[in-house]
Amino acid sequence: MSDETKKEIRVVGVLAQFSGKQTLVKAASEVRSKGFKDVEAYSPFPIHGIDGALGIRPTILPWLVLIAGLGGGVLAMAGQWWTNTVDYPYIISGKPMFSLPANIPVTFEVMILSAASVAFTGMLALNRLPRFGQPLLRNNRFLRVTDDGFFLLVSDDEVAEEKIRQALEEAGATDIEVVTESVEESKIPVPLVYGAVILACFALIPPLMIASARGTTSQKPRLHTWFDMDFQPKLKTQTPSNLFADGRAMRPRIKGTVRRGGLVKDTDTGYTSIPAVGTPGGDSVQEWKVEFPMEVTDSMMDRGRQRFNIQCAVCHGKAGYGNGLATIRALELQQGTWIQPTSLHADHVRQQPVGQIFNSITNGVRKMPAYKDQITPEDRWAIVLYVKALQLSQNATLEDVPADMRETLKASE
Amino acid sequence: MATIASGSHEQDLYRDVTERVCKITERPKPPRAWYIAIVFSSSLTVMLFGLIGYLIVKGVGVWGNNAPVFWAWPIVNFVFWVGIGHAGTLISAILFLFRQDWRTSINRFAEAMTIFAVMCAGIFPGIHIGRVWFVYWLAPYPSQHLAMWPNFRSPLLWDVFAVSTYASVSAMFWYMGMIPDLATLRDRATTKTRQFLYGLGALGWTGSAREWSRYEKAYMLLAALATPLVLSVHTIVSFDFAVSQLPGWHTTIFPPYFVAGAVFSGFAMVITLMVPARRFFGLKDLVTIKHLENMTKIILATGTMVGFAYGIEFFIAWYSGVRYEQFAFINRAFGPYAWAYWIMVSCNVISPQLFWFKKFRTTPWLMVVVCIFVNIGMWFERFVITVTSLSRDFLPSSWGYFKPTAVDVLMFIGSFGMFFTLFLLFCRYLPIVAMSEVKAVMDDGHDHH
Repeated sequence: MSDETKKEIRVVGVLAQFSGKQTLVKAASEVRSKGFKDVEAYSPFPIHGIDGALGIRPTILPWLVLIAGLGGGVLAMAGQWWTNTVDYPYIISGKPMFSLPANIPVTFEVMILSAASVAFTGMLALNRLPRFGQPLLRNNRFLRVTDDGFFLLVSDDEVAEEKIRQALEEAGATDIEVVTESVEESKIPVPLVYGAVILACFALIPPLMIASARGTTSQKPRLHTWFDMDFQPKLKTQTPSNLFADGRAMRPRIKGTVRRGGLVKDTDTGYTSIPAVGTPGGDSVQEWKVEFPMEVTDSMMDRGRQRFNIQCAVCHGKAGYGNGLATIRALELQQGTWIQPTSLHADHVRQQPVGQIFNSITNGVRKMPAYKDQITPEDRWAIVLYVKALQLSQNATLEDVPADMRETLKASE
Repeated sequence: MATIASGSHEQDLYRDVTERVCKITERPKPPRAWYIAIVFSSSLTVMLFGLIGYLIVKGVGVWGNNAPVFWAWPIVNFVFWVGIGHAGTLISAILFLFRQDWRTSINRFAEAMTIFAVMCAGIFPGIHIGRVWFVYWLAPYPSQHLAMWPNFRSPLLWDVFAVSTYASVSAMFWYMGMIPDLATLRDRATTKTRQFLYGLGALGWTGSAREWSRYEKAYMLLAALATPLVLSVHTIVSFDFAVSQLPGWHTTIFPPYFVAGAVFSGFAMVITLMVPARRFFGLKDLVTIKHLENMTKIILATGTMVGFAYGIEFFIAWYSGVRYEQFAFINRAFGPYAWAYWIMVSCNVISPQLFWFKKFRTTPWLMVVVCIFVNIGMWFERFVITVTSLSRDFLPSSWGYFKPTAVDVLMFIGSFGMFFTLFLLFCRYLPIVAMSEVKAVMDDGHDHH
């Protein structure tokens, strides 16, 4: 044999076979008592008592599993709390955003899943599995270990082979042999390494493509993997259509149509007659009505409050400070398009005559749209009445309260 | 490949176990019955997947689900299959913790059944969601596109977590238990292909004492984790019903009643499969009449529990004084679905009572007959619960009568095809008895002489 082909040989250890589990346990403790340190037993099934004989310490696996279980549980609970109350709060059937009972099932399942995964992967990792190319598995006699073979392997490097043989023979081994492996065999074949590197390079292509796509802009519409119902053969608002002469998909109202309830009976009451409004600072500044055009009653006040809470409070707030839910939400979004309603208790609003408030509701003011199509004139006046009452309520002294009511007000304080 | 067997009497015993189990996968050809069975079952599987494709293309409307019964056969089949799975985990985990050594010869078999049953179960809700290509929306993952999270307060989401955890843990438990046995097949392999494939599965297992020590600890931990898990799974499945407010569903007895029913149906399925398998693969010495008898006793116990639960449901309906609840139960027993109700009662409550007789507990073919009745009964139980309650709720104007379509029926049959196909492949290619576990609890010929 030339020097090139000569293989370097490494001794794995001395392997001895035994006839059964009891003899194996006995032999293991005998061999260990003779001072051999690197002793391992192999058997087709777990043997109780061999851990002690070989001096195997208890594994840390249970602690890993405990940590994984607790960690998974905490993470699941925290995740549910954060997703459902902080990041995406959503009221469902009036249930609380977070309550322990409703969140226990998922917490429990995640706990079990993480603990079990760690029990399984931890067992493999601590056992250094998967491990292919195990030298013992090239030994034909050893292959009986998964059938009916019981083996001891002594791998103490410093001790002479003869001494090990002798000790194993005395322990009752039926067969003894030295297991070796060539160093070459224990290495990963070179083509396999190159193959793996090339594969890894190819595997980088898709993520790189995705990364580059994310970093650049494109004129083309995005890829539509699933069409669902995104493209339907129908005409949408503001789209052209050659079906009609005017080329529009949207149809204008036919001249002379009055929508239901839209007929203005102006002459009946005279309530709605708002004199032409002059532009602020313009020439034709109008005198506003300073009196209600109808008799003011309790039922009108009730009606006004009810209408105000429905129509106005979402933006203006129930007390009229310009802090309704829609306003709060719009300001949170910070889109810059929302103008907060003026507080109804600002001095210049409080001084407005009733006719001007009626006009604001009817025709809108600043960004507030006109409500003449949505609120009847009677209701608009009722709202004006309620707004006046609100304004008074926020700036009142005890003297404003009728004398006979003062005592009850004080008592209720 | 291995040297000629030579050794002690003890070694002969172990070798005998290895031979009996390994020769099932090592014989060049399986029995003729295997071929017939796999051709039949795999064509049913092809039909199932064809129908799934049809459903995806056409939409969920190919099923009979319609107002007012929007949950019909798909959920019935789902609960049926998940329930079947429970026996496997019960045998592998709970009986392990109770040191019931007789379980070792049937646990691998039952665990395989669990996994295949859960696979069948998973199909039905999976394709029921409508746009199945967005199934990943069920998972809680951060997404710019959706910009939302699942509702963790919903029993349906709990169910997703419960069943997927159950499937994962069962698969890990099953595979981990199989590693030493795959190593046995690897070491006995006579061809390179077999050696490579089983070697891949065995992950380089050598059976060293240190490996075994950690393996046993991990096995014990998995059993301890799987025990509460298996009880939780059908509990959470029952929440799908119990947490809603429909009469006949909104009852606190559901969790224990569902778990008992699951174990009941699962053991019935184990026997249905075990009796022919032990006959065809010559496992009568490993899976003895005693094993089968133990299982029939569990069926008797759980069947009686289920019967008791049926009675209690009626009692509570009367005792609660809620008219809707009372109507729901009277409607079950005497309404338009009375035929289904009485099939359920006779199969689930009456037929297992035959196991009081020793002859029924020890004659394999009689057991199989009873167990098939039990499986029929348990399918009808889920049908009765789901469909009778939905078809007649609070408003008589919305009442209806559910009729399945051919797709419903054929898909259910197809799911059996898939189950049996997987099972036949398992029987042919994997170690169907946990050899290392059987050897570990064997009388080794030394202790009792």
